[in-house]
Amino acid sequence: MNKVDLSVSVGPLKLRNPILLASGTVGYGNEMSEHIDLNKIGGIVTKSLSLKPRKGNPPQRIVETPAGMLNAIGLANVGVEVFLKEKIPFLKKFDVPLICNIAASTIEEYIECTKILTEERSISAFEINVSCPNVKEGGLQFGNDISAVGKITAKVKAVTNKPLIIKLSPNVSYISDFAKVVKDEGGDAVSAINTLVGTSFNIFTRRPKIYNVTGGLSGPAIKPVALAKVLEINQRVPIPVIGIGGIMNWQDVIEFMIAGSSAIQLGTVNFINPKASEEILKGLEEYCIKYNVKKISELTGSLKLK
Amino acid sequence: MLTTEAPVAKTIELGNNIYLLKILSPNIASNIKPGQFLNVRVSETYYPLLRRPFSVCDVTGDHIFIMFNVLGEGTKILAHKHKGQTIDILGPLGNGFTYADDFETAVIVAGGLGAAPFPYLIRELKRNKKNIISFVGGKTESDVITYGMENIFISTDDGSLGLKGTVVNLLNRNINLLKNEKVKIFSCGPNAMLRALKEFCLKNNLECEVSTECAMACGFGICQGCPIESTHNHEKYLLVCKDGPVFNVKDVEI
Repeated sequence: MNKVDLSVSVGPLKLRNPILLASGTVGYGNEMSEHIDLNKIGGIVTKSLSLKPRKGNPPQRIVETPAGMLNAIGLANVGVEVFLKEKIPFLKKFDVPLICNIAASTIEEYIECTKILTEERSISAFEINVSCPNVKEGGLQFGNDISAVGKITAKVKAVTNKPLIIKLSPNVSYISDFAKVVKDEGGDAVSAINTLVGTSFNIFTRRPKIYNVTGGLSGPAIKPVALAKVLEINQRVPIPVIGIGGIMNWQDVIEFMIAGSSAIQLGTVNFINPKASEEILKGLEEYCIKYNVKKISELTGSLKLK
Repeated sequence: MLTTEAPVAKTIELGNNIYLLKILSPNIASNIKPGQFLNVRVSETYYPLLRRPFSVCDVTGDHIFIMFNVLGEGTKILAHKHKGQTIDILGPLGNGFTYADDFETAVIVAGGLGAAPFPYLIRELKRNKKNIISFVGGKTESDVITYGMENIFISTDDGSLGLKGTVVNLLNRNINLLKNEKVKIFSCGPNAMLRALKEFCLKNNLECEVSTECAMACGFGICQGCPIESTHNHEKYLLVCKDGPVFNVKDVEI
């Protein structure tokens, strides 16, 4: 029996606890279910889906950096059709909110994917990836283009009744400007942040270490940046924020919630410790008991600046 | 597939910067197959951050062995582990070698640290009453690892030990040994070597399994970091961690 109320709301989306597993770090749930009880976590954000399957980038896709890693997977995914036919039946076996992440190359493709997926009852919400840094024709341009982000939000919102979350790029001057346009165009929440663009070279061959030349930096190295972006949004725009960026333990979760996150996503840590989500939930509960936090949602935006 | 905190039983320096770590893990020891791998977290700090994948090198009783050379921060930390310290292991992972099928002679072809998975495979091959011939190569004498090998032929690129040339040159020179029996080749080594070996096997119609390598984060399929091109379907990559690391050489583009 939980002594603490860990439930949170992200706009209209109700979650039993604030721990979500980030897109691209949980696949479609099957591998992760061997490590953790999916019924205990707040929700799963599926690997980015596009209308048609995507092969992704050739190797090397990953390189380790100090306290982080660069990845350029290139949105390899099974596509909407296979997802519905082959991946959803497995996920349906669990009582866990499913947030479907969509990454497209055109605004029309975002709309088309959402239209098809919104019919699936087991999907609780959509997270729109306008910020993948590793595909040339799409992601980054959208993520950097404030009017495109507004347009995608409005047009996707028009074809679904499900909560709509826009995953924002940190590779901009003021992330809060993007959060504001999401809010203005009817988006329900933002996820902040996606990965930071980075690169790494082999000094002996003078070649890039990853095929795509640049990749997305994740892991504890980006946590301070992510926290500052969450705080910036929280101070300027009244929209729920899902905090992401280098969260490794329960202490990091508390920090993100204080900065203004209603919920958080675990990403890179899943690769290193696939049991992290369960361990973090235990830590959160103990923290709340010890510091007399009756509802964990009280922590959201509770930063004291003076 | 499990995460296990396992105590180090012994660190063995084989020389030339090559180490063996003997780890007590009855659970992994009783479940792991030759060619499967372990993803090892060398430190609880954030540097290095990611786990390191290692083929299982050998299994004796309740102990497992991994073999590595000290290249960067992660392997430096591993080489300094001493008895009783625990390491965090995820495994067994991936698909191992198929070695109980209908062949008489196993031909091991290893380049450099590609020798790592073979002591355990050879142990199991012997249990299955197979003959064994090992072809071992390296750039130079100090790269040649013969630990756990049997019936050994050696080559080096610079000729400092054995035949001067590649291990595939060496194999080609001894092709008569492969002609009269049902043979199966098992190989691990640098991609350039595996490419040459694939060509050799296709030309001579020889059955061959290769253990492949790729940078990866998770080791169990969620990061999608380790693609390898399939020969049969160019629309989709296979993953080294989940679909491999051991493949029939005909199934992958190397």
